[in-house]
Amino acid sequence: MSQSLNQPNRLNEGGRIDRSRRLTFTFNGKRYQGHAGDTLASALLANGVDIVNRSFKYSRPRGIVAAGAEEPNALVQLGSSEAAQVPNVRATQQALFDGLVARSTNGWPNVQRDAMSLVGKLGGRFMPPGFYYKTFMAPASMWMTYEKFIRKGAGLGRSPMERDPDSYDHLNQHCDLLVIGAGPAGLAAALTAARGGARVILCDEQEELGGSLLDSRELLDHQPAAQWVQRVVEELAGLDNVTLLPRTTANGYHDHHFVTLHERRTEHLGETAPLVDGVRPSRSRMHRVRAGQVLLATGAHERPLVYAGNDVPGNLLAGAVSTYIRRYGVVSGDRLVLSTSNDHAYRAALDWDDAGREVVAIVDARQAPDGELVEQARARGIRIIEGTAVIEAKGSSRVSGARVATIDAQAFKVTGQAETLPCDTIASSGGYSPVIHLASHTGARPTWNDEILGFVPSLLKGVHAAGSARGIHDLAEGLADGVAKACEALAALGRTAQAIELPQVDARREGKACALYQVPHEKPTLRAPKQFVDLQNDVTAAAIELATREGFESIEHVKRYTAMGFGTDQGKLGNINGMAIAARCLNKSIPEVGTTVFRPNYTPVTFGAIAGRHCRDLFDPERYTALHQWHVENGAEFEDVGQWKRPWYFPQVRPDAVNGERESMAEAVARECLAVREKVGILDASTLGKIDIQGPDAREFLARIYTNKWEKLAVGKCRYGLMCRDDGMLMDDGTTSCLGENHFLMTTTTGGAAGVMEWLELWHQTEWPELDVTFTSVTDHWATMTVTGPEARKLLAEITDIDLARDSFKFMDWREGRVADMPARVFRISFTGELAYEINVQANYALHVWKTLFKHGEKYGLTPYGTETMHVLRAEKGFIIAGQDSDGSVTPEDLGMQWAVGYDKPYSWVGKRALSRSDTRRTDRKQLVGLRPKDPSVVLEEGAQIVFDPDHAIPMPMVGHVTSSYYSPTLKSGFALAVLKGGHSRMGETVYLPMADGKTHAAEIVSPIFVDPKGERQHV
Amino acid sequence: MFLIYCPYCEEHREEEEFHPKGQAHIARPADPEACSDKEWGDYLFFRDNPRGIHHELWVHAVGCRKFFNVTRNTVSYEILESYRVGEQPRFTAEHPEGRPVETVAAENVTAKAEVVERQEGVKA
Repeated sequence: MSQSLNQPNRLNEGGRIDRSRRLTFTFNGKRYQGHAGDTLASALLANGVDIVNRSFKYSRPRGIVAAGAEEPNALVQLGSSEAAQVPNVRATQQALFDGLVARSTNGWPNVQRDAMSLVGKLGGRFMPPGFYYKTFMAPASMWMTYEKFIRKGAGLGRSPMERDPDSYDHLNQHCDLLVIGAGPAGLAAALTAARGGARVILCDEQEELGGSLLDSRELLDHQPAAQWVQRVVEELAGLDNVTLLPRTTANGYHDHHFVTLHERRTEHLGETAPLVDGVRPSRSRMHRVRAGQVLLATGAHERPLVYAGNDVPGNLLAGAVSTYIRRYGVVSGDRLVLSTSNDHAYRAALDWDDAGREVVAIVDARQAPDGELVEQARARGIRIIEGTAVIEAKGSSRVSGARVATIDAQAFKVTGQAETLPCDTIASSGGYSPVIHLASHTGARPTWNDEILGFVPSLLKGVHAAGSARGIHDLAEGLADGVAKACEALAALGRTAQAIELPQVDARREGKACALYQVPHEKPTLRAPKQFVDLQNDVTAAAIELATREGFESIEHVKRYTAMGFGTDQGKLGNINGMAIAARCLNKSIPEVGTTVFRPNYTPVTFGAIAGRHCRDLFDPERYTALHQWHVENGAEFEDVGQWKRPWYFPQVRPDAVNGERESMAEAVARECLAVREKVGILDASTLGKIDIQGPDAREFLARIYTNKWEKLAVGKCRYGLMCRDDGMLMDDGTTSCLGENHFLMTTTTGGAAGVMEWLELWHQTEWPELDVTFTSVTDHWATMTVTGPEARKLLAEITDIDLARDSFKFMDWREGRVADMPARVFRISFTGELAYEINVQANYALHVWKTLFKHGEKYGLTPYGTETMHVLRAEKGFIIAGQDSDGSVTPEDLGMQWAVGYDKPYSWVGKRALSRSDTRRTDRKQLVGLRPKDPSVVLEEGAQIVFDPDHAIPMPMVGHVTSSYYSPTLKSGFALAVLKGGHSRMGETVYLPMADGKTHAAEIVSPIFVDPKGERQHV
Repeated sequence: MFLIYCPYCEEHREEEEFHPKGQAHIARPADPEACSDKEWGDYLFFRDNPRGIHHELWVHAVGCRKFFNVTRNTVSYEILESYRVGEQPRFTAEHPEGRPVETVAAENVTAKAEVVERQEGVKA
């Protein structure tokens, strides 16, 4: 492990770093030093680290290109431990902290010597867009194998395999004006709105507020611009109506001014949040902002020029060169060639010259540039070559020279002899693209502006843009624009704001920029050395040309075919150049070709921040019945039913246990089933939905919403009902009891409770508002205990004052009385086919009643059972579960339940008309039947497909499927419910179920009622 | 995520509190048995999918549980109005700038009278 403590590219003075604080960090296993205030990128450049990564497709060495979010190459994997791994961090956005450990995302065995680069070097020419699809197309079954290899080669970072020690918060925020970006326009806007009394949130993705002012050469009020920034930020920080959020990226602009901001609270301090008083604060926050108005002051991204070899380390954006010098005191090389199409980029050469390094030449594509910065460069004696561009960068792991040649004004061809300038750094600038990503998220298509040679955002109502974000790059104009737009935004809210006094900016004369995207080479694009458009996705100018030749004319298709602007990059650097190249190939203008759509998120967001606290125990609420603790104490295994935790089965210690082994599920369920059929069992049925229905028209309402009749149901009686949608398909079922002439209690399936409630309200509120009826959910108010089995009456009689005699309390009656001294409603409803009493008491009394039942029940063999036993018992009786044996395409008639359909009711109830549609009248509809496997030991798989002829050639016609299947300890056989085409008229026939393992089961079609077909046991 | 005005609570609330229930103003035929299969199929299955102004039924599911209508632009997602069940929209495809408030108010009075009439029918 070599140690490099000196930083060869660090200037002795200048920048916003703290030279007194040295920080040590590790990159690709080597230790380096940087300073407080550095980013990982600036520290790497200071240490002269050229290669930071290998490219995605061709494995070419890559260096740092930019200084901000638009960086395409310097993606690193962060983290010294497994739990702290963070993939795809941009080194340009990661503040340096002591002990930081980072690795290149790509590159094996390492970035200096990459095995894959051989592929890039040898195969580069033979890897056009669509290469993988074309080459690995056949056989299709091998694609999964190829893909694994290709993915390993590509290397996309990896997620941690251990639990994240950090926590993340979500905050809901509201404000009058959200200002995104704290550069000149954003600061001016925020101050204007804040002084006007509006509630303002100002966020900026960088470590410090100030944006371009932090490295500006220009003076505000004759002082460095950063001083004005400091004054404004101090004032804003002192105002109660302002929330300042540095290190906060606005990542997504969603509907109705809902903007998600990702605030990195501790990522500049360490890889996990450092403890504060022994407590670990949240690592980051997602601010969910609902803004009245939004002002986008997101600035602009510089566009690189597209020339041969423009990806060799040492090729940087001109603005990035300036930023590294002026903000971090880092000059990224010794000898600079600047290739530009505009005046602004001259800053890079002036800053380089100020840093005392050699500017070899400024290569300007324009003829006779004459702006102020140009003249300053000239006055310093810097060589300016006009009408030329860098057509090729030489070098492989670092730039060694720039081939420069004159080009024609349209940049179609090289017109002169190329000259090679020795240098180690090439800075390029093709102009500035407003950052329109957030505006694009709203769905508004940007428009091309020929004046600024860039797309400017289209804005929905309530969205504003100011400064560079809408192409106003001049500093004085940008400041004034921020003020004006803030006033407009506040006016839209009915508020007024005074324009603030702006600092004085010396007017600067700038010459006009020229349009330059792809620089020509002596060879045609397809034969020239690679000219990269999208560095992150390894998309070249040749690839785009090829895509258009292959017929991809829509820019959206070109994007998908070449992968330009994909992934975490989202086209920040390359999109405009790519569109310009596509437009040229298609003989169209850029606005005709248009842009692709930028999507959230603007930069990658860690999943932890998206999940917030909605993870682990808080992922989804869990609902417990009043008896939950008893179930836990008695060893229940639980099953999720909706959000409810229901006891699934109660495994007991086996009679032959040596070390306390408990029963298997099959053993427990068999014991529970037999207990109910032979003695008595008890089920916690509290989760069934319960809806209290009252009103003079309650009975009329039930008759309209259920398929069966309700006009004669007397007080004290219960009835099973089917509920259909208006298309005639079963939606839910349950019993409803008449509590009083105008008072009913409806039960629903556990999972269907909320949906049924909404369904009742829908019909009442929209179709039948004239019916006087109200609905109240009482699911949680009542606990329900089902006592069922031959001994149920004897047991219950011991603890109730209700007369349980067979003839005074009949099947499908309910009675009010006391159970275990508590007020109770007891319903004689059976879902097991046995004698059954459903005891309902106020939930608070449930545990007392349940325990009292057990105190008296021991001598009768009272056995608690769970949902699995409930399923076996109900299926033995052919009782369906809506949503399991029906799936939204099953009518009551398909289920053979015509007995529950009131065809002659006066009102055309919900679902009735649909039952006479031609489709519902088909005789070959899937109908509910029972299946008895020929081999009684077989339990068919639920979901298994049924065929009539197992010898039919594949594909066999599939005629139905198994909906419920269990082993019945009563029948000593497997049995199933199924839906089968024309099943009702096929009783006794044999069907076949071919399984994935090659076996084919035979089964006989039987009645779905397997136990007690006459229903005598429940009537005893 | 939408910000939706509930005309019963008379407040803007987050979309999380609401459930969308499809196209608004789908009236169930008064006499289903008199409908042809095609007419009934149209009522059950066919819905508009306009580009632009659309009327939708929503329910304030975890709020007041009331159903109401929303006029929304399906291109910009802008919500132009929320109005109660039984009322008529101001903003329509024919009148994207909105009809006069008075005209709509008069229609709503008529609509309410119809409900009262139906109520009397039930009681009778």
